[in-house]
Amino acid sequence: MTSSSKVYPDAERALSGILRDGITLCCGGFGLCGVPDKLIAALHASGVRDLTVVSNNAGTDDAGLGLLLKSRQIRKMISSYVGENKEFERQYLAGELELEFNPQGTLAERVRAGGAGIYAFFTKTGAGTLVAEGKETRVVNGETYIMETGIVADVSLVKAWKGDTEGNLVYRKTARNFNPNMATAGSITVAEVEELVEPGALHPDAIHTPGIYVHRIINGSPYHKKIEKRTVRKRMEGSDAVVS
Amino acid sequence: MPWSREDMAARAARELKDGFYVNLGIGIPTLVANYIAPGMKVVLQSENGMLGIGPFPYEGEEDPDLINAGKETVSELASSAYFSSADSFAMIRGGHIDMAVLGAMEVSENGDLANWMVPGKMVKGMGGAMDLVAGVKRVVVVMEHTSKNGEPKFKPHCELPLTGTNVVDMVITDLAVFSRASRKDPFKLTEIAPGTTAGEIRSKTPAHYLG
Repeated sequence: MTSSSKVYPDAERALSGILRDGITLCCGGFGLCGVPDKLIAALHASGVRDLTVVSNNAGTDDAGLGLLLKSRQIRKMISSYVGENKEFERQYLAGELELEFNPQGTLAERVRAGGAGIYAFFTKTGAGTLVAEGKETRVVNGETYIMETGIVADVSLVKAWKGDTEGNLVYRKTARNFNPNMATAGSITVAEVEELVEPGALHPDAIHTPGIYVHRIINGSPYHKKIEKRTVRKRMEGSDAVVS
Repeated sequence: MPWSREDMAARAARELKDGFYVNLGIGIPTLVANYIAPGMKVVLQSENGMLGIGPFPYEGEEDPDLINAGKETVSELASSAYFSSADSFAMIRGGHIDMAVLGAMEVSENGDLANWMVPGKMVKGMGGAMDLVAGVKRVVVVMEHTSKNGEPKFKPHCELPLTGTNVVDMVITDLAVFSRASRKDPFKLTEIAPGTTAGEIRSKTPAHYLG
């Protein structure tokens, strides 16, 4: 490991020196899929508090960001859907937790824009609803658009399938979700991967997140991935009906 | 006899056209996938970053990295594609999805939709619903005609916080189908469930519609 290496031996050391109380954090994942669990566990252990966390969901009671909610390390969440977390509900109703709901596409685009140096954009999403309250609007060709601002974070945490020592990342299936977008929005982005490989092992045409966005990387294996809602079909049915 | 959930899903499926890219919401809308006409090619989109949702996996083949927007395990097809959330909503917001089927708490006579929030109750969030109604070309709502308390759900104005304004093209309930030619037109009662009368629908529908 050279002094400029992005590779860290574990999650705890990958977060050393970049955590402070009150920082804003972008976190990849959708439900329990593609969530940077090892980094979240290290964040939990660090005891850092008053976090503003930008993440589509808030985990469940005992997984994902749910861990940080339980330990009261989160002051504010910016999310689109938080339905699966009882402790979240309790803290929110008790006024202990601040919550900003964003439409899911607006959240994704705010993060994408922030990472791409776009201060703000106009979108039809949410026009005429509570989401538009207090926001600048423009009417273009008879359609109303509302202004949404880009989001940047002090630290972004992402989970990928494979990564190389340069920080190039490849995601797997729907575990990609918000991760590539979150990766672009952090002043410092930390990635955890299931398999850490040498440069050249990933095909340059197949890289989803170029290493420029990734400042620190760890091999987080082994992983015991969780399924939130297990839905299956019986092998005997022989049905090829498409059920989503 | 009112239409069942399955009947309503089957009716919504008749709005699909060959080659459509479609997003199905959670609940009855999800059932629409079971009624896609044989031989018709419809590609299902999932907000969490997938085109070409396959059936539920066989037991033992569940993959935690492969879920739909309802967080259920699904499978992939030979034609499936994965992408980021920002790309997913670029598709949705950018008008590339042909049709969405969504549930609703209330629909107004001018096509406003409320389906995400009841004041005073814990709010789970709007998820992708506001983006879908803002960008998808055609929005079909499937809902019970009245609430559990017997309150009509198709009304002159929505009382609940809105998901979008003037975004609904068709309303399929357990009693009737209302549709309109464009978002400048009023809704028209086009179908009635067996055993139901136009008068009964009128009495349970405060929204203005063409009979």
